[in-house]
Amino acid sequence: MDFQSKSMRMNNARRTATNYFISGLSILATVIVILPLIAILFYLIYKGASSLNLAFFTHIPAPVGQEGGGMANSIVGSGIILLVASLMGVPIGIAAGVYLAEFGRGRALATAIRFTADVLNGVPSIVMGISIYSLIVVQQKHFSALAGGVALAIMMVPTITRTTEEMLATVPHAIREAALGLGVPKWRTAISVSLRTASPGIITGCMLAFARVAGETAPLLFTALGNQFWSFKLNEPIAALPLQIYVYAISPYDEWHRLAWAGALVLIVMIMVSVTLVRIFANRGVLKGGS
Amino acid sequence: MTDERDSRSSQPVPQIVPNPSAAYVPDPGPPAADAAPSAIRDFLRKRGSGSLADNSFATVMLLCACSIFAIVLFIFGILVIHSRPSLVQFGWKFFTRQAWDPVSGDFGALPFIFGTLATSLLALCMAVPLALGVAVFLTELCPRPLRAPISFLTELLAAIPSVVYGLWAVFVLVPIMRDVLGPFLVKTLGWTGLFDGPNFGVGLLTASIILAIMVLPIISSLTRDIMTAVPNSQREAVLALGATRWEMIRIGVLRNSRIGIVGAIMLGLGRALGETMAVTMVIGNHPNISKSLFAPANTLASVIAGEFSEATGDLYLSALIEIGLALFLVTIVVNAIARLMVWAVTRNAPARVH
Repeated sequence: MDFQSKSMRMNNARRTATNYFISGLSILATVIVILPLIAILFYLIYKGASSLNLAFFTHIPAPVGQEGGGMANSIVGSGIILLVASLMGVPIGIAAGVYLAEFGRGRALATAIRFTADVLNGVPSIVMGISIYSLIVVQQKHFSALAGGVALAIMMVPTITRTTEEMLATVPHAIREAALGLGVPKWRTAISVSLRTASPGIITGCMLAFARVAGETAPLLFTALGNQFWSFKLNEPIAALPLQIYVYAISPYDEWHRLAWAGALVLIVMIMVSVTLVRIFANRGVLKGGS
Repeated sequence: MTDERDSRSSQPVPQIVPNPSAAYVPDPGPPAADAAPSAIRDFLRKRGSGSLADNSFATVMLLCACSIFAIVLFIFGILVIHSRPSLVQFGWKFFTRQAWDPVSGDFGALPFIFGTLATSLLALCMAVPLALGVAVFLTELCPRPLRAPISFLTELLAAIPSVVYGLWAVFVLVPIMRDVLGPFLVKTLGWTGLFDGPNFGVGLLTASIILAIMVLPIISSLTRDIMTAVPNSQREAVLALGATRWEMIRIGVLRNSRIGIVGAIMLGLGRALGETMAVTMVIGNHPNISKSLFAPANTLASVIAGEFSEATGDLYLSALIEIGLALFLVTIVVNAIARLMVWAVTRNAPARVH
């Protein structure tokens, strides 16, 4: 352009070049970030899919050196521990979320609880494991599925509290006010109106917490301990899928390595299904629009 | 990630001011609680309409909410109680001594502090530029139809459990480090002295790489929240002054969200400090302070995971629990500061649409 000096033109060229360069770098960063994800999924399928057969889902691990065997006891054990954890963690978490959203709104206590829940989410899971070890395992003098369930439950509570509170906050005030205006007591409004309206969101929050603790190993290392055999009692050590994956992965046996890959594939598939369901149902059912 | 609560519910109720010049009419007052026996009132109270039901329900909810405080206090208390032998024996010097000899009862946490700091900082050095790049790409540069799938993929990285990362690292990353990346680094950067010593594939560098992959999704998703929280007026103002797209991002968005991004990085640091399983599997498990990045080491979390089940004797166990206590306190402090920073920036932000 005529009214631009030479230095202005050079400056503009430099700025445009920098713009394209940075855009290229950020695209490169995205590609680099997605690469490990694809690599992990590819290796899981490549190494694990061939070991997935009916025996994997129905047999316990074979003695070392023998072919075959499966991780059925780990899958069932994980289910038992997660059931115990959910029975403890979900009601407390939802109740805490109801308090934060319905009864404690605007209070300093509610802000403190919210902040503490967020901070508790960041505590390493191994710390939870050794504290439940010190509390339950040392007192009872044996490892147990119950201790593992408690350790996972205290990990679920802060997550479920925060998601329940956020979902209840999206319920429009008009609905609550309508119910209160009709004479519904406050506690019944909270249950039958707010919770019911936000229930798809709350369920997805619980599924998120569930998916997160389903893959946790560190809290179970010193509470549930793991088990090579079938175990259905809450008072005995029990196998869990992530725990057994860890034990098999660091072992020196090829057969166990094969089981570890297959188990990891099963675990990833379960978690990804939950995360995808969460994504699909995240916005359904919650009343859109303001109050 | 939190949006401030709706202020409508905390506004004061407008007071009705009595008009002093009106004719005097005695105020009947609120209806007495047990005025005349009323079948309707009894029926409603039995159905839970009274203040008793409301208050008891609110109390139950409050107790459940206070369980979060109870959990934190319980963890702190039980860790302190069970690490007493070690606290009494070593005092503060526990964190400055380099010994770790279970046989003679000599314990010091310095090698693990070194391992934790080295792996976390190295992981952050690798993860932060990548995470910022991804965040910039997804918020500003990405075409709209691609935004949901790519953000879904990056959040899938956060959903993968730690053991699976560790499994992949042991069987895929370690051979790559040993056979491909290690010799390459020695050839190009060997002059720095950081890559001396034998390279077995396991060590500080491998642990840092896998930690970087795990920490990335947290930093990038929080940074995206923070960048979305910057009001559009800022972006438009900078563009109106004739900036290129990168200058708009740099001046209008990144400069405004600096505090929040620091908070996001600190949250990633908090996660890296406490990460256990993947690090335990690839760090070599040797209480060792060394300049070389190929050397095996140990972190606070991985020493607990690795040695807890074999800890014989009270002093050994309480030393490990004291390490757990230190880890707990450090991650709480880091997370608290980080959350404050992120909250300060996203306070009045619109919620992010996934």
